[in-house]
Amino acid sequence: MTAGTLALRGRRAVALSPRTTWLALGAMSVALYLVFRDQWILPHERDTAVFQAFNAARDNIDEVKRTVPPVSLVLDAIRGTTDWLYTTILGILVGLGWPAVIALSTFLGYAAGGWRTGLLALSGLGVLGALDLWDPSMKTLAVTLAAVLVSVAIGVPLGILVAKSNRARAVITPILDVLQIMPQYAYFIPFVVLFGIGAASAVIVTFVYSMPAAIRITALGIRGVPAASVEAAESLGSTAGQVLRKVELPLARKTIGLAVNQTIMLALSMVVITVVIDGPGLGENIIKAIQVLNVGAIFDAGLAIVIMAIILDRVTEQASLRLDSRSGAGRAGAARRRLPRRLVLGGLALASLGAIGLSAIAPTWAGTVPEEFASLTFREPVNDLVDWIQANLYFLTIGLKDAVTAGVISPIEKVLRSSPFWLVIAIGGAMAAMLSGLRAAVITVVALAGIVGLQLWDHSMVTLASVLVATAITLGIGALIGILAASSDAVSRAVRPFLDAAQTLPAFVYLLPALVLFSPSRFTAIVAAVIFAVPPVVRLVETGIRLVPETLIEAGRASGATRLQLLRKIQLPVARPALLLATNQGIIMVLGMVVLGGLVGGGALGFDVVSGFAQRRDFGLGLAAGISMVLLGIALDRISQGAGRRRLEDLGERAAKVQVHATP
Amino acid sequence: MTQFRLGRLSAALAVVALVFAGCAQQGTAGPTTGPSEAGATPLPGTGKTVNIAINPWVGYEANAAVVAYILEEKLGYTVVKKNLAEQVSWEGFPTGEVDVILENWGHDDLKAKYIDTDKTAQSAGELGVTGIIGWYVPAWMKEEYPDIDDWQNLNKYADLFKTSESGDKGQLLDGDPSYVTNDVALVKNLELNFEVVVGGSEAALITSFQQATTQKTPLLAYFYDPQWAWAQPPLVDEPLVRIKLPEYTAGCDADPEAVACDYPPYILDKIVSTTFATEGGAAYELIKNFKWTNLDQSTVSELIANQGMTAEDAGKKWVDEHEAIWQAWMP
Repeated sequence: MTAGTLALRGRRAVALSPRTTWLALGAMSVALYLVFRDQWILPHERDTAVFQAFNAARDNIDEVKRTVPPVSLVLDAIRGTTDWLYTTILGILVGLGWPAVIALSTFLGYAAGGWRTGLLALSGLGVLGALDLWDPSMKTLAVTLAAVLVSVAIGVPLGILVAKSNRARAVITPILDVLQIMPQYAYFIPFVVLFGIGAASAVIVTFVYSMPAAIRITALGIRGVPAASVEAAESLGSTAGQVLRKVELPLARKTIGLAVNQTIMLALSMVVITVVIDGPGLGENIIKAIQVLNVGAIFDAGLAIVIMAIILDRVTEQASLRLDSRSGAGRAGAARRRLPRRLVLGGLALASLGAIGLSAIAPTWAGTVPEEFASLTFREPVNDLVDWIQANLYFLTIGLKDAVTAGVISPIEKVLRSSPFWLVIAIGGAMAAMLSGLRAAVITVVALAGIVGLQLWDHSMVTLASVLVATAITLGIGALIGILAASSDAVSRAVRPFLDAAQTLPAFVYLLPALVLFSPSRFTAIVAAVIFAVPPVVRLVETGIRLVPETLIEAGRASGATRLQLLRKIQLPVARPALLLATNQGIIMVLGMVVLGGLVGGGALGFDVVSGFAQRRDFGLGLAAGISMVLLGIALDRISQGAGRRRLEDLGERAAKVQVHATP
Repeated sequence: MTQFRLGRLSAALAVVALVFAGCAQQGTAGPTTGPSEAGATPLPGTGKTVNIAINPWVGYEANAAVVAYILEEKLGYTVVKKNLAEQVSWEGFPTGEVDVILENWGHDDLKAKYIDTDKTAQSAGELGVTGIIGWYVPAWMKEEYPDIDDWQNLNKYADLFKTSESGDKGQLLDGDPSYVTNDVALVKNLELNFEVVVGGSEAALITSFQQATTQKTPLLAYFYDPQWAWAQPPLVDEPLVRIKLPEYTAGCDADPEAVACDYPPYILDKIVSTTFATEGGAAYELIKNFKWTNLDQSTVSELIANQGMTAEDAGKKWVDEHEAIWQAWMP
């Protein structure tokens, strides 16, 4: 629909005096609201023509799958291949056995990043075994690796294509936009219809979810290759293929390495959730623990996921840095890795071979982690803590929930729901025009009108209210921590592991604690969303402020500014683009949690999607709600992206995040 | 130079690893020790594998624990358990992903599609367990307000049940969207001054009732039995009290918009795929014969939910102790 237009560049924001325009917009909105309040509202209906049409479409697909052999043949072939890939990888991991997997990972970790990374792999995998979570961890790893293989195999060439061809970019970028705004849960509905349930579907969903990162970041890397290098090669008569192979790919190596790194991290965050379509692995442990309300068991499984994420992240990150140094950028410290390094490498290689031999000789022993060793668990202390909190802090937390709900959430929701729908659309469009340009305004209006067309306006307004509150809280907390971290290395270092953990833990890990503390409510859903969305905001704010040129700050200091003045007058204004990006990312992340919020009392669109997944007759409602969420996301994204971010977006939206991530 | 060799070394090591892994895998690929549960999905019923859907509640898992243990240990099958929501489980019948659903709560719409229209599934008889669905309040409320357990008095107490989510009305909390519920229609048709608030999950319901019982806070919510939480503190000491709704009569819930009566007792049944019914052999026979009581099921649920046993261990314990019962199911 808007596919062609999305990718094009917008124009500059309307050039009126901003303050006057904002005031006029505000006054007009209030006046119109007061006059037309409670008119042109669109109450929610349980069953509509749109939902029925979606239901019918689904039945048609089922029918086609059953009666048209070529379709089912193709789908089965995709399924079969994917399943084979997963089974093979898992077979190798299981066949290697735990001693060999640990030894090989340590070897790879050391080879990629030195003793620290090696030790991290060794101890991390050891803890996985000790937690008695080895088997599910290997399954999770197998799905991740299978999905990442496909993502990279398809995503990197597509990324090159996007970098090279404007036409390809015009087609692919809007698709990526939509894929990125789509909440994780919304992926499942169409894929279950096409591929059914099981490991194969889990791999396919994970692959689709993680591929956009591979495409975007690869494109970013290729485009980042200095034009001079390319021209030099061309002037020497190289063909396009030669330029790509000899110049662009080698120079973009580090970025492509980061593309793989980000693809893995995204894949891992999806794999755990695929348990709802019978995806194998640690997700099963978490779902089981949620059923019996065992927060301690959730903690164990969550810890395993975080450990796996950290190992994969560090190893691939270090490996891509190493690729860069090999390509000639040259890093200090080459002298350090000489003799001892070779010795250690050799030793680790021998150990790995030994462990593999062991698996060949004693497969049963290497197949299961010994029981005496697999006895680490945090169940009791965590459950005791939860019980204590449940018994003693309940009134405090319920009070907080009631206060925020009555004071903020409900009033905002009431205003949104009682506004004429055209007024909300018009205000959205006007804000987009002022902040991000005319093109963004058009897209915003079309997206919001689309929600009206899907007949989910009322629920979308309820969800919007929660999203706005959650975003405000996220930005408040994120900016505070980000500023603190930017002004002190100690804070920055102290915060990083928590950010890593919060970012890698699958969101449903903290649903249960949130429920225990706040009982099912919209506020509970908001709390879960805030935890999920704060880390990237902190990272972006911190980097934004840290990147303010030292000379500016020196100048400020020289003129006698206090620290607070420096922050207010120099650092924050200069970091404005990064702060805008942080706002934008915060909104998108919050929106991604809406569906999960539906599981803890968030209601509205989130619950609709969950229902669509749970009840056959609600499929149409769920699909419409999923699309509405994407449309709401597009509108909020366009409103908040700001005129200054265009250039950044051309390069790839997540790129900024990646660079933040890679900043030590 | 070093790095060059490093690259080669890694490559060589990787190749060796793969070769050995292949060998090791062959070595372990026997019928019982191989990575069987990870394997590709075999055709339903033709091999010696049974795919059982595991719906997300503990009582269901108790059924599966016992059936799986007997299938594996007494009949030599391999059982693959698949954790799935109810709706998704049915979708597994036509593809062969799922052979059996052991505890089905109603779902007339799915029965119409998969059993009557597509003919990819069929009933395998009753489970023997009766499901009860209703509205409940914590025990302390019945003590404090003795007449609260009649629906006709609910409006009198509506103010007590107000929450941040229900506005001016009392809150009636609902659970997972996959559950069978008429609550919105009931509230409307019984003219209750209540608002149905969707908790969204089973966990939301259980935590709410546990909190309401220990903290003595008011709560009116949809709940059901069998459910493991009944057997665990605090609910085991202070069981929830069911609200009397207008009595259920056959057909009073025919029109979902006009329902004004209580939920019927649910005669839970087992559903199997048509392929499994014809080709499942002894496994199908066992599952068709499998029938036990609410008490039997709660015994196993209790082991899983409260004593921290794995489903496998709980199944084994029950089977070891109740030979007389399960011998009758054997084909």
